[in-house]
Amino acid sequence: MAPFYKYGFFGDEMSLVLAFVLGTGFGFFLERAGFGSARKLAAQFYLYDMSVFKVMFTAIVTAMLGVTYLGWLGWLDLSLVYLVPTHLVPQIVGGLVLGVGFVVGGYCPGTSVASLATGRVDGFVYAFGIGAGTLVYAEVFPWIKGFVNSSEMGQVTLPEVFDLPWGLLVFAVVVIAVAGFSAATLIERRSGEKS
Amino acid sequence: MAAPIILEVNDVSSDHRPAVMPGSGRPASPYWNPYLAGLGLGLVLLAAFVLVGRGLGASGAFSSTVAWLVHLVAPAHAQSNEYLQGYLGDGTTHPLKAWLVFEVLGVMAGALFSGLLAGRARIMVEKGPRVSTAVRLLCAFAGGILMAFGAHLARGCTSGQALTGGALLNLGSWAFMLMVFVGGYSVAWFMSWQWR
Repeated sequence: MAPFYKYGFFGDEMSLVLAFVLGTGFGFFLERAGFGSARKLAAQFYLYDMSVFKVMFTAIVTAMLGVTYLGWLGWLDLSLVYLVPTHLVPQIVGGLVLGVGFVVGGYCPGTSVASLATGRVDGFVYAFGIGAGTLVYAEVFPWIKGFVNSSEMGQVTLPEVFDLPWGLLVFAVVVIAVAGFSAATLIERRSGEKS
Repeated sequence: MAAPIILEVNDVSSDHRPAVMPGSGRPASPYWNPYLAGLGLGLVLLAAFVLVGRGLGASGAFSSTVAWLVHLVAPAHAQSNEYLQGYLGDGTTHPLKAWLVFEVLGVMAGALFSGLLAGRARIMVEKGPRVSTAVRLLCAFAGGILMAFGAHLARGCTSGQALTGGALLNLGSWAFMLMVFVGGYSVAWFMSWQWR
């Protein structure tokens, strides 16, 4: 029965080894997709290369279908997979700020690691910026703590909030993704011709 | 005087625009098809769920590293800071002995392996043709600071929230992901000089 770690199949040390191994796969596929390059990533926001959307949603759909089928088969206890608790308002604001940081700097934390590992100086400076920002964040944390912890909703999923079957939302995400992929390719072609 | 002319040449000549093709960085070998790379990424994420019962992440590793560094320089200050304290724990384990730190070290190794294999690993700055290296690096630094605030406010970044929470149909993750695109597209026009 999975998750294996939660069922005590192995201990903390082994989970750290797995962290490294899983990270290796993560970094490999990020770089394969071209996400070690800020220009490739930023292109998402200028519409001529929508790989960010395509890779992200292919990954989300793959993992989502995986946990769904494994759950239905009774092999994976989804309730033991960690969910980040929802704090809706700070997460909305955080998403906006992060989106701006993405276009200004060209990376997100994971991709900046992939970029600095392949020699991108801007990726290294970006990662350094994340460190500096984290330091400032830690210093101002006492003043914004109230906001960060506001609108607490606990560990909650979309099916629970909208009171809809899990399978229906999975189906909806797949449909949205496939429609999005076609739209993205169309947009890429158009903006490629225009400019 | 020459600058505008160069700009015009750039605009007219279409060979500047293999950017339509994947890989605007003139790589040694082309990037993978996005769906294939996405499938690989999704399977790694699924493996993390099945094996460890958690998803992937990145920003938490930065927090652990910063907490460790501050603790090295000013232990008392780090201990008294509520945010850093969360990453230092009770002091029985090393702050860097954290799941996300090991995972991010793996990301480095995996990305370097892929980059070397494809002949893409080299010291360079990723930027558009119109921006100087100094300005690009300044933007990278500023973007990193914004990213830190965004990720910490949201309790995760594109990996820990959008990817991981997206696949688990986490409410906050989907709200976050939507806003990342809103935030990005809303400033894209103002920043286009950096990329195009």
